[in-house]
Amino acid sequence: MSHAIPTDQAAPQTYADNAVRLFTIATVFWGIAAFLVGLLIACQLAWPALNFDTAWLSFGRMRPVHTSAAIFAFGGNALMATSFYVVQRTCRARLFGGESLAMFVFWGYQIFIVMAATGYLMGITQGREYAEPEWYADLWLTIVWVVYLVTFAGTLVKRREPHIYVANWFYLAFILTIAVLHIVNNLAVPVSINGIKSYSAFSGVQDALIQWWYGHNAVGFFLTAGFLAIMYYFVPKQAERPVYSYRLSIVHFWALIFLYIWAGPHHLHYTSLPDWAQTLGMVFSVMLWMPSWGGMINGLMTLSGAWHKLRTDPVLRFLVTSVGFYGMSTFEGPVMSIKPVNALSHYTDWTIGHVHSGALGWVAFVSFGALYHLVPKLWNRAGLYSLRMVSWHFWIATVGIVLYITAMWVSGIMQGLMWRTYDALGFLEYSFIETVEAMFPFYVIRAAGGACFLIGALFMVVNLYLTINPPHEEKVRNIKPVEIG
Amino acid sequence: MSILSHSKIERSIGLLAILTVLTISIGGLVEIVPLFTIEKTLERVEGVRPYSPLELTGRNIYIREGCYTCHSQQIRPFRDEVERYGHYSLAAESRYDHPFQWGSKRTGPDLARVGGKYSNQWHAAHFLNPREVVPESIMPSYSFLAGKSLRDWEIADHLKANRTVGVPYTDEQIAQARNDLLMQANPDADTDDLLARYPNAATGDFDGNPDQVTEMDALIAYMQILGRMVDFSTVTPEQLRQ
Repeated sequence: MSHAIPTDQAAPQTYADNAVRLFTIATVFWGIAAFLVGLLIACQLAWPALNFDTAWLSFGRMRPVHTSAAIFAFGGNALMATSFYVVQRTCRARLFGGESLAMFVFWGYQIFIVMAATGYLMGITQGREYAEPEWYADLWLTIVWVVYLVTFAGTLVKRREPHIYVANWFYLAFILTIAVLHIVNNLAVPVSINGIKSYSAFSGVQDALIQWWYGHNAVGFFLTAGFLAIMYYFVPKQAERPVYSYRLSIVHFWALIFLYIWAGPHHLHYTSLPDWAQTLGMVFSVMLWMPSWGGMINGLMTLSGAWHKLRTDPVLRFLVTSVGFYGMSTFEGPVMSIKPVNALSHYTDWTIGHVHSGALGWVAFVSFGALYHLVPKLWNRAGLYSLRMVSWHFWIATVGIVLYITAMWVSGIMQGLMWRTYDALGFLEYSFIETVEAMFPFYVIRAAGGACFLIGALFMVVNLYLTINPPHEEKVRNIKPVEIG
Repeated sequence: MSILSHSKIERSIGLLAILTVLTISIGGLVEIVPLFTIEKTLERVEGVRPYSPLELTGRNIYIREGCYTCHSQQIRPFRDEVERYGHYSLAAESRYDHPFQWGSKRTGPDLARVGGKYSNQWHAAHFLNPREVVPESIMPSYSFLAGKSLRDWEIADHLKANRTVGVPYTDEQIAQARNDLLMQANPDADTDDLLARYPNAATGDFDGNPDQVTEMDALIAYMQILGRMVDFSTVTPEQLRQ
């Protein structure tokens, strides 16, 4: 179909990459912030003195700082960096709106992050998990998000390729769905127009389902569809192999976005949500296993004929391992959504372990892979400063994840079992506080795992910094713009 | 090229966007809409009422401090949970909760029926320093709530905002909001009117400091009403059907 592509006779156009570079730096910055706060709150659970009797340092306020920093600041900047990078290359078109719209999205999004995070520290929260920012921050994010959609979709409209590349289907689904989820879940009435507090438009059981419809699909579309888009561009690029199956990508894309949206009620098993909704949530969650593995297979099989590169390319190792973790988490998720399993796992650390095998193993690893791929290209360098450091990052972070999730499996299953243990006379064997006490060693191991993950990421910071600012070579002052072609 | 060919969709941004939005809408609509239309979603039990001004303030502090990150308010219908915490939670019990606070994690115990289980004095000591009362506890100290006065809390506006989203606060309750807020924590107050407006509310001094109404008073007043609105000794199985 290449004959259909018009050849550009005018002076060569360049990609709008200034915002992409800023998003890339922001990804690294917020990543470190998220890991650091994560480590702090992990330590607080082992040693409560680390709350320092201070309101803004207490676990309840720091926990949303950690989750929002990880998901929306680290993950969100990674998605925006890569989406603006990928959409230009796969459409052979400069960003719609050029640098200025992209810059608005960048600064607008950073302002949202700072607004949200400083609010949490002051106790400004809606009390909805992963949707804690109050109404004024939500309104601001809505504006930024619409501009993001316009920039992204506008570039697709301008494309000089007849087909929209598969990564862009996933990015588009992510942007559109998050918009729908964000607006519906945050419907609220402010106490006053110059006050910060608002009350949710919904209450009780309806509020619970809407919140978890949002919450689960923040996982499904922010942390899955968006990052699958990263996979669909960066794995083939780094492996230098085409995507394994075009047909599989079509089937798993539509199946994934159709099924994901139903899965929310599995967060509300055995609650006062009516049973029919719980059952629907469980059935669709189990079905979701299939398209999830469709994506994993498509990613992994892209390595066909290039597996040997894993020995020499630690960047590819990050990308492939992330797809492996994606497969593992998307198997564990459906298992945990089965009601009798959920009866044991819900309310325990097993859920936390599950989330982190996805967040650290899948989301962070695929982002690290993309960052290592992006930085030399964006700053026009021959390659990374040190592949050995990438390798160190990989192994330290992997050990960290393994420590983290195994500790949480053991503590979660143990606590779940202790809660339901009866003695010979038919009384509950353990008081609640005995089950808390039993968690201590696992909380320490989890914190150690988190520390490993942070140390690994610091290797990345140094490596990327030295890639951009090589110590021995003459610094290239001007970044050569990349021509569209 | 057949009509079913995907290449039509992936050549048209409009088609791709519309089909995506349609695809992601179905599940949510099927699951969420019936909850608003099927009256059976809520059990037909009596006693669930809007929160008193002091309880509502306490609930806002509960939300502000992120208590939901470690405590659930949702007892599941299992033998061990019912024995540990009390009757399983009903949808009707959180009908006036904007937002719901069912939680997703039990780093600490469930609080859906903590009301009346411990004395005000216990709660005050526990919030000041949890390890004083429960040595193995890993809960942060909330001593900073003790000195914070509620004098400037615009409570009537909060009741009005709640009424806008559907909580049936009466004009009288809104007019008396400020007074009720202060009276509920005043050990010397005549609370007959307050209790007529908010049956079962715990009254008196909560935080051991009768001279001042503080955030600690409010949070303990909220703790003490949790799970106490419905009298389960009079509830019939028929009423619980969903």
